[in-house]
Order: sequence, then C-alpha cells, then structure tokens
Amino acid sequence: MNVITRGFHGRRQGDDERVPPGQYLTGDFPVLSAGPTPLVPLEDWTFTVRTETDQTHEWSWAELSSLPTETIDVDIHCVTGWSKLDTEWRGVSLDTLLEDVETAADFALVRSYGGYTTNLPLEDLLDRQAWVAIGYDGDELAPEHGGPARLLVPHLYFWKSAKWVSGIDLIVQDEPGFWEQLGYHDYGDPWREQRYQGD
Amino acid sequence: MVMQSGGGAEYDGNLLSGPLADVFAVEVTTAVARCGGCGLSSVVAELAVYGPDPGLVARCPGCADVLLRLVRTPDSVWLDLSGTSTLRVPIPESERPDLAQT
Amino acid sequence: MARAAVPGGLRVRRTWRPATLVDRRIETPSARTLVLEVEGWAGHLPGQHVDVRLTAEDGYQTSRSYSLAAPADGARLELTVQRTAGGEVSPFLADELAPGDQVEVRGPLGGWFVWRPEEVGPVLLVAGGSGVVPLMAMVRARAGVSRAPFRLVYSVRAPEDRIYAPELRRRAQEDGGLDVAYVYTRAAPEDDPRPAGRIRAEDLVAHGWPPDFEPTCYVCGPTPFVEAVAGLLVAQGHPSDRIRTERFGGVS
Repeated sequence: MNVITRGFHGRRQGDDERVPPGQYLTGDFPVLSAGPTPLVPLEDWTFTVRTETDQTHEWSWAELSSLPTETIDVDIHCVTGWSKLDTEWRGVSLDTLLEDVETAADFALVRSYGGYTTNLPLEDLLDRQAWVAIGYDGDELAPEHGGPARLLVPHLYFWKSAKWVSGIDLIVQDEPGFWEQLGYHDYGDPWREQRYQGD
Repeated sequence: MVMQSGGGAEYDGNLLSGPLADVFAVEVTTAVARCGGCGLSSVVAELAVYGPDPGLVARCPGCADVLLRLVRTPDSVWLDLSGTSTLRVPIPESERPDLAQT
Repeated sequence: MARAAVPGGLRVRRTWRPATLVDRRIETPSARTLVLEVEGWAGHLPGQHVDVRLTAEDGYQTSRSYSLAAPADGARLELTVQRTAGGEVSPFLADELAPGDQVEVRGPLGGWFVWRPEEVGPVLLVAGGSGVVPLMAMVRARAGVSRAPFRLVYSVRAPEDRIYAPELRRRAQEDGGLDVAYVYTRAAPEDDPRPAGRIRAEDLVAHGWPPDFEPTCYVCGPTPFVEAVAGLLVAQGHPSDRIRTERFGGVS
C-alpha cells in the first residue's frame, strides 16, 4: 500500500496535444549521461556505416561537413519524462548518407564514441526521419549535447538519438543497445509510451 | 584517439546502496569490485557513477569501463554486472564463523 | 579491533517505510531540516543516508537520497534539505511538506562513508556546501561519547550559507576536541584574514591534520569539490585508503 504525499504533484503535464502521454514540458535542455563526455579531435573524427556484409562507407569530418545540410525544427521527448518543443537542429539527412549503401538488413545498431549503442529498425532512419546533427539552436553542437555530431531521430524517445555518434552497423537481426539491454524498449515510440521492454 | 574530458561522474557508488538493496540482501557498497577491463579493484562506494536517469552506470575510477548498470522498471530491476570480474562482499561480523570453537 | 555492527546488521533495509514529518527548522535561506518519525526504525550510523520516496495522487513516484543529519535517536530521523532552484523534489520538501504529512524512506543505506564512535583516531571532516550534512551527524554522534579529535573544514560561498553555524560554534566551545574552520569561496567576512577563494592546500595544512597523525578523512560535497580536496589531501601525504568520499553531484 503506497503512502501518498499530500500536495506532491511532480511535474506531470496535462493536455497539450504536442506532449506525449506521461511527459512534461521543459524550457531547459537537460543533460543526461552514461559516461564521461568524449573529446574527439575533428581531424580524427569519422562516421562509418558498416553493412551486414562488412562493407564500410566512411566520412571524415571534412567530408561530412561538405554534404548538404538542412535545418530541422522538431519536438523531442526523453524517456525520463521531459519534452522540449520546437528545437532547431542542423544536420545531414540519413537518406543522404545511406543513399549509396547496399543492404538487405532491417535493423541498425548505432554506435558512439565512448561505447554507447542503441538499436532501431533501419526504416526508422530513412524517409526524412533521421539526421546526423552537427548544429543546435544556430550554433555548433556542444559536447555536452553530443557534439561534434549526434544522431537525431526525434520520432522516438531521445535515448535513440545517440550522442557522439561514430557510426551505424546495419544488421540482419535486431540487437539491443546499451539501454535496451537493461530493460528499455527496442523501438521507443513516445506516443505509445514504449519506455520499457514489454510496453 | 578519443580523449575523455576531465571530471565526469556526478556521483559515486554510495548512490547505489538503495537501488542495490532491491537485489542484494547485504550492503554492496562496501564490497570490492574488480574491473573486468583493467583489473583495478575498487570499493563499490568509490566507483564513478552516472545517472540516476535513465539508469545507474558505475564505471571504473581507473579506466572508465562500465562495471555495473542498473535500471528500475515498473515491474523489475535490471542489473548488469558483466563488467565486474569479481565482487568481494564482506560478511557481517555477526555472521562470521566463531573460530574459537574450531 | 571489533567493529560495531550497523544496527540491525549490515543487512540493508530494502523496505519503504512511512515517515511522518513532526518538525521542521530553518537553517539558512535555502536549507531546511526536516524531522521525521519512522515507526520501526532500527537506528543508523553517522554518515549513512536514506532514500526518500514521494508518491503523488495519480501514482507518479520519484525518489531522492538524503544524508542523515543526526545520529540515531529512536524513531526520529533528521534530514537537511537544500532547495535547488527548479528542482522537482527539494523545493517541495523544503517549503511544502507540513507536519503530519507523510513520505516514505528506505534505509539506513551506505556502509562505507560512516564513522563509528568506537574509532579513536583523529578525524578530518571536509565539507563543501550541503556536504556538511553527513559530517554533522558525525560531529553530533561524537558529543559526549568519543574523545577522538575532530577537525571540520567547511567550505561555503558566504557566511549566510553556513548550515548549523550557531550549533557548530557552541560545540567547538563545549564538546572539547572539536575545531571548526570556514573557507569562504565568494564572500568572506571583513575581519577574515583569508581572502575569499576556493579551498587550497594551505587551508588543509592550517586547519587539518598532518599526515603523520594518521587521521581518517571524510570529504563530502559536489563532485568537483570532492575531487579537488581528495587530490590536495593525497598530495599532502594522506594515504588514499584513509580518505573516504561522498559525491552528490552538482557544480561547486
């Protein structure tokens, strides 16, 4: 039997239709981390797509920066409860990066400098749903928010938008990433409140 | 080469005491954990701890490898100790064998 | 040397127990002490903490860890909560929780950052901001029970941020063997010969123990503070296995 603490509300948010169930709005941009912030010199930075047949496609920072970028205005939703509306990013579309990649894989395992990983279906990285983001709010992406580059997949909970992204493995069988191994959902749709395995 | 920025963990292993109480019957923060990566032995209370959201991550103070991860879901505690090669948990005095009798 | 068992053994209390607020005190403009009564509490050691859980009417739950500010006293626990701007829990506990209201607590937790009154050696306590709370439990536990020489070095931004200042002044005079020194980081009193600034090696030399006295050192506060002080103590010659630390996040 739970003890209810009189007068305690937490930060639950009501009825804004842009806020998924169980979320609250924040004006901040909270920083959550599973480890120290990696510092990658740009001259050493690479982004590598590896297919299920071990073919690799690699971009240096210079090469990535020369690709067409777009400005993306999206709402983001963290599994810990906060949602932030109208965030502005600048990034390279995954459609651009995966254009010439031949694969029969259905899933992706995203990798980050520092060892973090997260998994999602490959189709959720396509069709203007995902970017490698290098700018936030008009500036370069700060290290604490994943700079120099992070994945941005705003239609899923934000733990899928891997900070300090270093590459993507295209895999035939789904493989749980860092938080998915510990009980978080393999897909993570905020509108269906898919926070944990089995939700 | 990936360098790590100075400092880092906001917390230490003292924060694990409550969450680990859901899994272990004894206090684990006084245990000594050996890192599966570099072999350094540290008291759990002195591990570098990140979190508590979306989960607790305890890292080796030497090499920053992950020794322990813990997530509390509505119906479970998920615990990963795969980065810890050994854990030495002190037995409470009251439960040690009385050697005077042997 | 036989070590006293933690009350109830080292078996961790995993049960969440109802805790009723019976009293509250103002410590500083941003810090409040809450006195809770917890039925069935089996006691605790100075330095230990509890997890506090709040449940809202709609079932939403969240919990935070707080150090116990006072030694074991039957069913009574004292927590000192520092209000952090925009926090979800600390402003509620500091300002809204009223006598008669209930929360849940789990504990006592932690067996590493503890001081046992049977330990006779000198003790150095180094506190950063609200890191003084578990160290105050040690100071309070010592009174009338132990003659272990204690030195507390307490780093705060300005004099008005000192928690427990009147009590520490009284104890430094009356308890015998307790010395208290303040290090002000932003604004020092006019008559303070030490200019405001972060804690340095000289402060620990002036107000701490020489390494050959073999003190046990307890350092508690925000992580950058704890790391800096631990580094200074090691550089001074204190072996790292005599330095116990508790970091609780935040910036210094």
